[in-house]
Amino acid sequence: MKKIFALTLITAMLFSLAGCSSSEDVPTLTVYNWGDYIGDGVIEQFEEEFGCKVNYEMFDQNEDMYTKITKAGGEYDVVIPSEYMIERMINEGLLAELNHDNIPNMENLSQYVLDRDFDPGNKYSVPYMWGTVGIVYNKTMVNGEITSWNDLWDPQYEGQIFMMNSVRDSMAVALMTLGLNPNTREQADIEAAQAKLIEQKPLILAYTGDEVKDKMIAGEAAMAVIYSGDAANILMENEDLVYVLPEEGTNLWFDNMCILESSEQKELAEKFINFMCEKEICEINRDYICYNTPHQEVWDSLDEATLHTYPSADIIEKCFIYKDLGEMAKVYDEMWTKIMVN
Amino acid sequence: MKKFRIAALPFAVYAGIFIVAPIVLIFMYSFQGAGGDFTLENFTRFFNFSDPTYLKVLWRSIYLAAISTVICLLLGYPMAYILSRLPNRVRGILSFLFVLPMWMNFLLRTYAWMTLLERTGIINTFLTNLGLPTWDIMYTQGAVILGNVYNFLPFMILPIYNVLVKIDKSVLEASADLGGDSGVTFRKVILPLSIPGVISGISMTFMPAVTTFVISKLLGGGQNALIGDLIENQFKVTGDWGFGSAMSVVLMILILGAMQIMQRYEDENDGSGGVLL
Repeated sequence: MKKIFALTLITAMLFSLAGCSSSEDVPTLTVYNWGDYIGDGVIEQFEEEFGCKVNYEMFDQNEDMYTKITKAGGEYDVVIPSEYMIERMINEGLLAELNHDNIPNMENLSQYVLDRDFDPGNKYSVPYMWGTVGIVYNKTMVNGEITSWNDLWDPQYEGQIFMMNSVRDSMAVALMTLGLNPNTREQADIEAAQAKLIEQKPLILAYTGDEVKDKMIAGEAAMAVIYSGDAANILMENEDLVYVLPEEGTNLWFDNMCILESSEQKELAEKFINFMCEKEICEINRDYICYNTPHQEVWDSLDEATLHTYPSADIIEKCFIYKDLGEMAKVYDEMWTKIMVN
Repeated sequence: MKKFRIAALPFAVYAGIFIVAPIVLIFMYSFQGAGGDFTLENFTRFFNFSDPTYLKVLWRSIYLAAISTVICLLLGYPMAYILSRLPNRVRGILSFLFVLPMWMNFLLRTYAWMTLLERTGIINTFLTNLGLPTWDIMYTQGAVILGNVYNFLPFMILPIYNVLVKIDKSVLEASADLGGDSGVTFRKVILPLSIPGVISGISMTFMPAVTTFVISKLLGGGQNALIGDLIENQFKVTGDWGFGSAMSVVLMILILGAMQIMQRYEDENDGSGGVLL
């Protein structure tokens, strides 16, 4: 008898848990964003203001997101990929044209981030965050200053370097070091980059994702290739860390909000995008994520230290933006797999 | 008999949907090219002997899983044996303690190992404070083996323990009556009788160890990728499901073959009273 009672109780508890999540008449918006990439409470605020429910899902790489949407039938309304992936998705007809009348807050965004080559006139995408890729190093663990991508090949740092576990970013580092075009579609160039990365392998401690932030704060290794916002974030936690944009130039990237063509909540999705461009929300995101904000006023109000992590004009001149690689993306993937398993 | 068949129906339906259908799908995908046409390319790409990238990964996976399994066996058998010899109450508590870590999420336990093993981690901080040299194991194959052993050890202990506790005490008494000392009793009676447990322990540790992808990613740092990582990557990142499926099929056939061999080995020993070693 006792057992039956306990069983009933457990079943009742499970059902009451399940009951919490059902809310049928409220519209639901599904958002697919990078991991650890939104300020605290932003989603809740949107839900409250617009009387809807948001399903928030996360990915680690552009390629993950693309595969989930095209192959695994992932149904999303708003997605936030980077520029080269947006270019590819536009070409493949995956993205819906935006109705700019529903996104009046776009006016507040900096001219700098708008109307870029990957989406002229921002027909399909609205900037969310932007930034660069650089090297973060621990000044107590290196000799002198780190200034160049070549320093990632310096044998004295054996077992002291973190590279990114990301095809595009790591291949681009090798291509830039070799002085080649990081958007190259030439087989010979890609093979040269592969050889360069294989040569570097003995120096590498690990190929990491988001966890690199904690590792660098703890002082696990001397240097790491890192996104600018992550760098800004961890510089606050450990004062021995320095972020540098290598002299050869670097990658300048943009993560923009888009709506999938298959979305059935396009209007609500546009409201979401508009909401994300509000000054107050951009401030929350800037403080939490630490990436570069697209909002002009928020940008203007930055303090000196934060502004330092934004690329200066002469660096920007040497920066490049990723382009969709088309069919060559597969070759990059295969080369990368071989580097990882070699 | 008829009643039994009706009772088995739910399982048959379940197995059809969740076991047979996915395997059939994987099998079909593995013979499909990018355009959905029939091709053997996925397999020829894997078994490319002039560029054995993928074969090397397969070999590394088998090698690391085998080492992990052997260590599990060497640690697990004595533990199971000691456990089976203890009084009932203590035994219950101890076997509960062995299972307890499994209540926690597998991923969480592996993350915990990262914090323990890294250069600035708990173990190394402790060693440094004692003035001892540090143990630089994080992001090596050693760390992957350690993760495997830690996570899969209970799967080795429990089946062996189950067999050992069920051995009839009168068999042991008979051995003693016939003049066998404890060494002889162990070699000629206990060990042969426990072989079925050892076999299932081996397959229950080897299989997850050879297919794992989380442990190698977190503790191996990406450069010690295993076949599981490659398969995950094909499905999740690259989107080449045909090649991912082909690798899965190869792995399944391999495991099936290994199980068959072990099964035969077990059958041969069953009831014949043959002595190993």
